[in-house]
Parts: sequence; C-alpha cells; structure tokens
Amino acid sequence: MRTRGRAVFVGLLAAVVAAAPAAAETVKIGFITSLSGPAGVIGKHMKDSVELALDHLGRKVGGLDAEVIYADDQRKPDVGKQLADEMLKKHKVHFVSGIIWSNVMLAVAPTVTREKVFMIGTNAGPHELAGEQCSEYFFTTSWQNDQTPEAMGKYMSDQGLTDVYVMAPNYAAGKDMIQGFKRYFKGKIVSEVYTKLGQQDYSAEITQIRAASPKAVFVFYPGDMGIQFVKQYVQAGLRGQIPVYSVYTIDEVTLPALKEAALGNWETRSWSPDLNNEANKRYVSDFRKKFGYTPSFYGAQSYDGLMLIDSAVRAVKGDLSNKAGMIAAMRKADYRSTRGPYAYNVNHFPIENFYLLRTVQTPDGEFAMQIQKTVFESHKDAYYSKCPMKW
Amino acid sequence: MRHPSRTIVLALGLLVLVLVPPAAAALNAPFYIDLFRRMMIFAIAALSLDLILGYGGMVSFGHAVYLGIGAYAVGILAFYGVDNGFLQWAVAIAASAVVALVIGAISIRTSGVSFIMITLAFAQMLYYLGISLETYGGDNGMPLRTRSQFAGLIDLRDPYAFYYLVLALLVLFLVLGHRIVNARFGMVIRAAKSNEPRARAIGFSPFRYKLTAFVLAGGACGLAGALLANQTEYLTPDFMHWTRSGEIMFMVILGGMGTLVGPVVGAIVLLGLEDVLSAVTEHWQIILGPFLVGVVLFAKRGLFGLLPGEVARDG
Amino acid sequence: MTLLLVVEQGLNGLQFGVMLFLMAAGLTLVFGIMNLVNLAHGSLYMVGAYLATAFVAWTGSFVLGVVLSLLATLVVGVLVELIALRTLYERDHLDQVLATFGLLLFFNELIAILWGRAAIYTPTPAAFAGYVELWPRLRYPTYRAVVILVGLAVAALLYVVVTRTRLGMLIRAGASNRTMVGALGVNIRLLYTVVFGGGAVLAGLAGLMAGPIYAVQPGMGEQILIQVFVVIVIGGIGSIRGALVGAILVGMVDTLGRAFLRPLLSTMVSPNAADAAGPALASILIYVLMAAVLFLRPQGLFPARG
Repeated sequence: MRTRGRAVFVGLLAAVVAAAPAAAETVKIGFITSLSGPAGVIGKHMKDSVELALDHLGRKVGGLDAEVIYADDQRKPDVGKQLADEMLKKHKVHFVSGIIWSNVMLAVAPTVTREKVFMIGTNAGPHELAGEQCSEYFFTTSWQNDQTPEAMGKYMSDQGLTDVYVMAPNYAAGKDMIQGFKRYFKGKIVSEVYTKLGQQDYSAEITQIRAASPKAVFVFYPGDMGIQFVKQYVQAGLRGQIPVYSVYTIDEVTLPALKEAALGNWETRSWSPDLNNEANKRYVSDFRKKFGYTPSFYGAQSYDGLMLIDSAVRAVKGDLSNKAGMIAAMRKADYRSTRGPYAYNVNHFPIENFYLLRTVQTPDGEFAMQIQKTVFESHKDAYYSKCPMKW
Repeated sequence: MRHPSRTIVLALGLLVLVLVPPAAAALNAPFYIDLFRRMMIFAIAALSLDLILGYGGMVSFGHAVYLGIGAYAVGILAFYGVDNGFLQWAVAIAASAVVALVIGAISIRTSGVSFIMITLAFAQMLYYLGISLETYGGDNGMPLRTRSQFAGLIDLRDPYAFYYLVLALLVLFLVLGHRIVNARFGMVIRAAKSNEPRARAIGFSPFRYKLTAFVLAGGACGLAGALLANQTEYLTPDFMHWTRSGEIMFMVILGGMGTLVGPVVGAIVLLGLEDVLSAVTEHWQIILGPFLVGVVLFAKRGLFGLLPGEVARDG
Repeated sequence: MTLLLVVEQGLNGLQFGVMLFLMAAGLTLVFGIMNLVNLAHGSLYMVGAYLATAFVAWTGSFVLGVVLSLLATLVVGVLVELIALRTLYERDHLDQVLATFGLLLFFNELIAILWGRAAIYTPTPAAFAGYVELWPRLRYPTYRAVVILVGLAVAALLYVVVTRTRLGMLIRAGASNRTMVGALGVNIRLLYTVVFGGGAVLAGLAGLMAGPIYAVQPGMGEQILIQVFVVIVIGGIGSIRGALVGAILVGMVDTLGRAFLRPLLSTMVSPNAADAAGPALASILIYVLMAAVLFLRPQGLFPARG
C-alpha cells in the first residue's frame, strides 16, 4: 500500500513537473537590420534603442532572461531571408524583429510567419502585408508605408495648396509614397518627376522646378538623397520662395548633416522626440544620456517592438508555447508606447495619430523637428479591408 | 592532367559535400543544409565565370546579370502560373544565353578596360531596367509563388532532394567544364587569351570562340539563377547588380582562376567567411578588404591553385 | 521651355562635367602612364571631402582649410602609392581592379570607424552662399559658378603643364610609350609618384568642392567613380583632352537627359508611357552613350596611344 502510494506520489510529482511551463527558458529574439554600409547608421539607431529597451526592462523580457541576436541584412532581401532561416533553424528564436526596408521585409516576413514564429516589424510597412498577405503572426510597431504621405497630402489639401511639384526616386517605395500622397491630396499636381535611385546631383531637376513656378514642392528622398536634394535646393535660393514638404527626407538621422539647410521644411510623422507622454520622455532623455545623440523614429519603433514583445510574454506568464495567448495579448497593444496609446487594426498595423512637423532652431542653437499640429487622429491604413483576418 | 594532390582534395571535398545533410540532421542543425546549398549555387555561378575569366581572360563585371535573368525567368513564369520546372529552367538557360549573345557580340569587340566598362554598363542598364519593371515588383522584387515543379520526379520542397540535385548539377558542370577546356574549343580560347594575334595567325577566329564561351557561361549562370530563385524563394533586381558580379569574381580569384574547382572552393570559403565574420562585427568589411588585397598580391593562384598542378594562366 | 531654361540646364551640365573632369584627369593619367586601374581613386575623393571639412572646422578659415586638406590628400595619395600600389604596376588589370577594390572597402570602413557611418555636416562657405544674376531672370547659385570657374582654371593649368613644360612632355611620352621613356633614362619611379600625387590632389579638390553639394559619407566615392570611368573610356585612356571632352559630354548628356527627356518623350508617346520610360532611360543614358562610342571607336575619342 505504502509503495503504491509513494509511486503515485512520485508519478503525480513527475506529472506536475512535466506540466509546468519551462520557466527557465530564455526568450530569443532575432533582430535583423542593416548594420554595414551607408544604411548602417539607421541600423545603429535601431540597435541602440533595442539595447535601451532591454536596460529599461532589466535585461529580462516578460520576466524571462532574454537573448537578442543581431544580424546584418546588408540591405539585400536574399541575405535577409538567409538570416531569417538562420534565426529560425540555427538559433531557434521565438521572435524575429527589425527590418528597415520593404523589399527585405517582403522576403523575410512570409518565411518567418510560415513557421508560426512571430515577426515584429519595426519599420518597413509594405502594403502587401497590410492587405492580402496579412498574418496573425505578423505585427508591426511602425506604420503602413502609405500613411505618412497620406498625412502630408491631407494637410496640404486642407491648407488649400495647389500647383504642387512632386518628386521621388524611381523605385517601388518612391512610387508608393507618391500614390499615398495622391490618395488624400485633392489639389493640382504640376509635375510628377521620378529621379534615378541614388542620384547625387539635382541641379537639373531644381532648375525645372524654378521654371515651373509651383506653389509648393513635395518630395520623398530618404537618406543621402535627401541630404543632397535639400542642400542643393537651398543653394539654388529657392527655400524662401517655394516651400518644401517632404516625408522620410528630414529626420533625426539626416538632420545632423543638414542643420540650417533643413530650417523651415515640413514633414509628417507618427512620432517625434518632442511627443509629450511619459514613456517617450523617458525614452528620449535616457537615450540621449546613454548614447549622446537624439533618437529617431526608427529607434522609437524598435524600442516599442521590444516593449510589445515584453507585454506578450508577460501576458502568458512566460509560456512561450502559448502562441494564441501572445497573439491576443499583442492585439491589445497593452504597453507604454513612445507614441502614446494606440490600437491595432485587423491587419496588425497600428491605428495611430500623424503629426505635422517643422524644422526649427532650438534655444541652444541646435536644429530639431517639432510637432506643429495633429493631422490625423487614429488613422487607419488604406489596405486593411483586403486582409481576411477578423477578430 | 590532374596532379594527385588536386584529385585527392577534389574527391575529399565532394565527399564532404555529400555528407553535409546527414551530418546536419544528426546534429539537429538543418540550417547548414540551406547554407551549403547556397554555397553550391554560387559555386556554379563562379564556375561559369571561370570559363570566360580564368580560361578566356575576359573580365566581365556583368556576369551576375545572368543570375538575375535566370531567377526572373523562373519568377515571371511562376507569376503567370507556369510552375513546370523543366520549362522554367529551360527558359532560364535560353534567355541567359540569348542575352549573353547580344552583350557578347558588342563587348567582345573591345578588350582590356573597355571590356570591363562595357560589361559593367550593360549590368547597370539591366539593373535599372529591373528596378523600373513595376509589374514584377520593381526594386522590391517578387516572391516565388512556389518552387519549380518536376511532375513528381523530384520535390524541391524537400531540402534533401533539393540539396542533392544542386550537388549533382555542380558535379555535372565540373565534368562539362573539364571537357570543354581540354577540348579543342578550350585550347583555342586559352591560346587567344595568352596571345590573340598569334591565334589569329594560325587561322582561328578567336572572336567566335570567345563569344561561344561567353554564351555558354551565360547559360550556365542562368541555371544558377534559376536555382537561386528556388533557394531564396524571393528574387530582386539586386541579383544583377555589378557588385554581385564583383563578389562572384572574388570567389573565382580566391579559389583559383583557371582551375574550375578553384571557384567552387572560393565560393564556399567566401560565403562561409561572410557568415562567420558578420556575426562577429559590423565592420567586417575592414577585414575583408585587406584580405582581398592580400589574396590578389600574394596568393594569386588562389587557394586551390596553391596545390601543385597546372593552372590555365599564361599558357 | 525657354532659352534661358536651356542655358541654365547647360550650365548645370557644365558644372557636373567639370567635377567629373577633375576626377577623370587624374584617373586617366594614372591609367595611361602607369597602366594602373585604380578604383581607390574614389577613396581619395572621399578623403579629400572629409579632410576639407575637418580642417576648415579646425582652423576656422576656409582658405587655410582648403590648402591644408589638399596637402594632406597629397600625402595620403603618395603613401598609398608607395605602400600599396607599387607592386601592382606589373600586374594585369584584373589584379589591379580587385586589389584597389579591396583598398576601397578598407578606406570606407576606416572612415566609418573614424567619423561614423552617418553623413557629416558640410556647410557652404558663407562667401559663396547665394546666387549671381548672370542675365536678367537667370539666377545661378554662386557656389556652382565658382565650381565651374575653378574646374576650367584647372583644365587650363593642366593644358599649360602638359603642353608647355618638361614634365608635361614626359607625361605625354609616358602615356604613349612607357617603356621607351624608361629606356631613355628618365626616373620612371619618380614620374609615377608625381603623376599619382597630382591625380590625388585633383581627386581631393573634387572631393572638397563636392562637400557642400553632396552628402559626405563613407562610400560617397563609388557613385561618382562609375561615371568617371565612363568618362575616361569615352574620352580615351591617357588623354587629358579626352577626359575634358568626355566629362563635358557625359555631364551634358546626363543633365539634359534628366531635364528634357521625359517632356520630349511625351510629345511622341502617351504621357503614361513617357512617365514610365523617361526616368528609366535617363538613368541609363550615359551607358548607352558609352556603348555607342565603344562600338564605333573602341579606343575612345582621343586615344593617347598612337
């Protein structure tokens, strides 16, 4: 009798131990971004923000030990995909996060979500993933690519601006930006010009702008293209005459190189360092203290990505096998985001505010982008109705 | 005439490649099957470049173009619902060969730096063309709907089957390449590389032979492109960028130009190094740069070329 | 489309051409005389831009900063020649391309380590900000006008040096027959170093002038380097005259193409087709030009070798 009792006891004990969640598990997060080459500066912004997030969380995610594995996609989709495979099969990560570029995202996201692993995008928001290819394992903390130019289109339309000259580089993102702009801009577009990707000299295009005499100019020139365009525009003496409205052209990454050349230009964005909420104030000031420079939206989104993951793991009490639970938790967006509270749309893209920003000179002689007004409140993207998910 | 040490190394190497999948399975690290498969696909591309570079002396910075054409042949056909692998891969090879014929016909009239520049120019042209093709994703690229189907003969979704198919193709190209360079055709190209006027004086028309080699190399690289599309299941115009050609060229040099096996070694070593180094530091290019210089200056015969045996250099 | 517009675009093309010429002159001489394909020429351009920014900021004086940076670029160029390139003269072009490509990677990372990957702040010198009124209603940025003047002055200077001095005679002789010059007892090594140093200074000058207009960041040399190679291939290896003609030609074709190709196309085909084809065509125009020149005259327009 006693032996059988002991056997039962041991059996029960074994059952209890086996059923308990693997509490000593480490959360593994694969963070893919561009670390080498000219785009590496953006990757640095993102990596530094992830590190700050880990610091704020006490180096634990959802109460579990965390390991973040950084990888460099070299801006190439096939390298990105190979890295994703490596994350999934070699490191066996629970989350893949990051990714700056839409074309890399389109290669990586399906690879990850197909294996039922979470993809938490922190920048690129291609419309395919917001529409037909939405997945319950894909979440983003950024935006859908079109939304930012949509906000600018709306603002310029509301201002009654017409006769606008539009320019962007001749590639997929450039065309998407113009398309988003046109969705909300109801005025007249004088000319729509696409320039060579990576073009350095814009004197010819700027001369054409002067000849066309538009009331305003709308451009999308990310990275070094933006630095070049803005500098040359100012040199041509057009700044005071024809105002420049842009998206993803002037931001905390390019502002240090532009300084006074960017003064007076307008942008729209869903986040700014001067956004007034607790989480953001803490993020920006701690970031400046730790790294010595002002963070950008790339960084803020990556910070949010970590926080989102943390909220999910916390909600399932560390049981990383409870994926349905984590999906439900993330859908609530129940964490302190740097942009303030927001909700998720059916396609797992945020429904958020968009603000108008302007480059100003701060009292200490530096240059910064500051929020002027809110253009959109709780703005939804244009593709969510194509997403078959319902919840 | 192969020297024993080279043959031994070649045999050992092939044996290792054959054993990678079971080893990966045993170690529960399936990722390595993907990694080595990718290396072998680039090995085929490097091999094809060696035919014109190592043996023919034609420094083409546009070779990666065929990688892109082959990949897009598969991708575009799949986009329109044509999943038949036989058809896709045949189109990949044929399209690459045709483009190589056109580019070669214009470029081979020049030599030296002009040849380099004109092949680079064509690479740029095709790259910018690829970016502007919006239907097929432009620079975003496009996903491959589904891997090439072979009517039940072989299922590419099975990583092992796909791996051994690529290995078989690699061996096939090694054999074919060996045959070509040692046949009369190969002799003429090598003669033309070392002394073109003399070759002409003997009565050969090097232009025709060089062009044929160019077309063959292009077609082979096109097949590598079709394989790459299946491997990554995503294709972008980036496949055609001239820096990609530079990478493939580096593989050929690193492994040993003019040896056929050398490029295979080079591909494996270079891709392996990139994988290891980029995990260590983001500034890996500062290591790779001088490494490249060092190889060119001191190990010109490449890794495989270090083994005793003939190298088709200055015949 | 007014005449003034065409003139202004022409000036833009000239300015771009002049920048290309500064780079091409050095590169073509090095190629013509030393038979060296040097991809690291782009790195010297980048080094010039960075050093100029640093020295101007450090000394507070534009003139002093410029002089110091040109001297420093000269030193860097000579060092590179002595340490890395001497061994390459005997090698074939492929080796040179690859080795100098390795140098290029190295310099990019070195700059990234020293200054970071982000583009640095390079302001326009205050004296040149603003515009000049060349004609009623034709305002042209002062800075670009200065670039054109400097470029043309350097072209004139090079012309004088090459045609009127002994050094120039050696350069021309070396470009058309290197071995003979050596056989005649000239110190070839010294000549090489002088030529390379001169090329480095020219590249550094191009870099420092590019600073206020372009983004100064690691890798800035690659973009312009391809275009410079197109120029020297079109112009003819080893010929400064070819470099000038080629550079102006490429600068004009590229600029005018970007400005007028799409409007021109839209008079012939539908606006949609022009919108789709125009930008793509404009970006490959200079390559088409180069292919055409090579097809008709494989040696380029003004080959140095007789």
